[in-house]
Amino acid sequence: MTTFLSQVERLPAPEIDYGAVAPLLIVLGAACISVLFEAFLPKAQRWASQVVLTLLTLAAAGVGLAVYASAESTLEQGKLTLSGTIAVDRPVIFLWATLLLLGLGAVLLIADRSVEPGGAFVADASILPGTKAGVKMQTRELATRREMQTEVFPLTLFALGGMMVFVASNDLLTMFIALEVLSLPLYLMCGLARRRRLLSQEAAVKYFLLGAFASAFFLYGVALLYGFAGSVKLSDIASATTATDRSDTLLYAGFGLLIVGLLFKASVGPFHAWTPDVYQGSPTPVTAFMAACTKVAAFGGILRVLYGAFERSSWEWSGVLWGVAIASMVIGAVLGLTQTDVKRMIAYSSVAHAGFLLIGAISLNDQGLSGTMFYLLAYGFTTIAAFGVVTLVRNSDGEATHLSQWAGLAKRSPVVAAVFTFLLLALAGLPLTSGFVGKFVVFAAAVEAQMVPLVVIALVASAVAAFFYLRVIVLMYFSEPAVDGPTVSVPGAFTTVAITLGAAITLVLGVYPSFALEWAGAGVFIF
Amino acid sequence: MTPTYYLLLSALLFSLGAVGVLVRRNAIVVFMCVELMLNAVNLTLVTFARINGGLDGQVMAFFVMVVAAAEVVVGLTIIMAIFKTRRSASVDDSNLLKY
Repeated sequence: MTTFLSQVERLPAPEIDYGAVAPLLIVLGAACISVLFEAFLPKAQRWASQVVLTLLTLAAAGVGLAVYASAESTLEQGKLTLSGTIAVDRPVIFLWATLLLLGLGAVLLIADRSVEPGGAFVADASILPGTKAGVKMQTRELATRREMQTEVFPLTLFALGGMMVFVASNDLLTMFIALEVLSLPLYLMCGLARRRRLLSQEAAVKYFLLGAFASAFFLYGVALLYGFAGSVKLSDIASATTATDRSDTLLYAGFGLLIVGLLFKASVGPFHAWTPDVYQGSPTPVTAFMAACTKVAAFGGILRVLYGAFERSSWEWSGVLWGVAIASMVIGAVLGLTQTDVKRMIAYSSVAHAGFLLIGAISLNDQGLSGTMFYLLAYGFTTIAAFGVVTLVRNSDGEATHLSQWAGLAKRSPVVAAVFTFLLLALAGLPLTSGFVGKFVVFAAAVEAQMVPLVVIALVASAVAAFFYLRVIVLMYFSEPAVDGPTVSVPGAFTTVAITLGAAITLVLGVYPSFALEWAGAGVFIF
Repeated sequence: MTPTYYLLLSALLFSLGAVGVLVRRNAIVVFMCVELMLNAVNLTLVTFARINGGLDGQVMAFFVMVVAAAEVVVGLTIIMAIFKTRRSASVDDSNLLKY
């Protein structure tokens, strides 16, 4: 035994740049502490301590990121750490900052307990919905118990940590693990709604089964690319694509399967089937978290994979992704027109936006990279604020999400209607909102990359999509309110802050976008 | 013993799993089909590790097993929760969310 051991070569321990990965370690470490809170704190103290811990974590991770980003003089080159599995470069720092900010907004919505007494989450996830009222709600006393399943906080932190690893991962195995770390908590969070338990559970089942299906595709793609390149490092795959003695079948099959998994997470185009159902069924704060942060993480991963591993074979696959982008924009814009539920409408709008984002991602130039990241930042905040507003419009059954119930909302609550109008205009991409700037930079990058036909289709799709946003605005301002219509709750501090933050950033990025564009364009990926 | 046969076998298993996900009704069976897909991937990984003469693929197979185990925990929890409500694990019954 000892002789055998002495013959074994010592594995060199990977070098860790703790400064660079500090935000990751803080978020994931705090998630573990948060689990311990769940286990050992009495129920009465949990909510307060979890909120404090989560907010402190986000702040500490943000400070860690800012310290690293400002102190490092060699930042232009970026840094590979953990034996090359994690890359901390300019785009990653931008995406991490975006994720932390959006995570803050989502956590504020999750933590709010004033709009819905006790919070948007069920007191105990294992209770059964009432059999009599069936679909609509569980028994009254359960629905109004003023507690919530505080496990949602550690789950959020784990998901956020997974997203941060996902955008920074420099090899496909790390990316797969990160994909699961971000997905598994989200599956659970979908099923925690306080009202309409059955819809919520159904959303969780659908998201879980389809998500597991998609990650199996992603993984098979990883395996085939491993067979193709003999390694799963993005840089090795990139250099293998230039060699002539490799199997093209493995490359294209691997790439196809891999990208299907990624596009599914980003809810692009034909892989969007889960999006409307899950967005509608999940608790609205979780929907906001998914819509904003998952989109950032998924597109961060798509950008990284396309730029890192497949840039040199782009001639072969760009046609397919053209088709996917077109399909996504058309599906999102056209099906969005037919929706009657405001959450589903925003879900289809997110499918259309995913198509626009994909245009930026397949431009494969520097403007495309910075434009896509700016778009992600802008879109994320608009969406969080929009879902924040959705949580406010309620009737006795919970949120009133049917569009007919929103008729004449401007007469009941001019402020909420005005904010929502502004956010819808930003989603439609009107000037003076961040949505306009985002679309502009992405389309400019696409024109630069000689993708003019795609841009024309995108402009038509945005015009069609603008119609269903305007329909809601007309409904809110020019219809008579229904007699038994919903009331608009006065938001508590947390929701107010989240909506204000989202709306303010939407405005600032629309009026004065240059600083954010500069940050987004400050550097390129390293591999 | 040509390694290619193992690749073909794993592709076959993966396709069987994928078809199973699409045609089976019971959520548990659908989930088992996903697990079959993951195990087909494991077979691919170790075969490629053998072909390439490296250990990476075998190590990756361990990671996949760990992830699959974690997925089982989460998945069965979710399926149990909806089963307790509906008294059915059929994915066709879950049809409240549409349009």
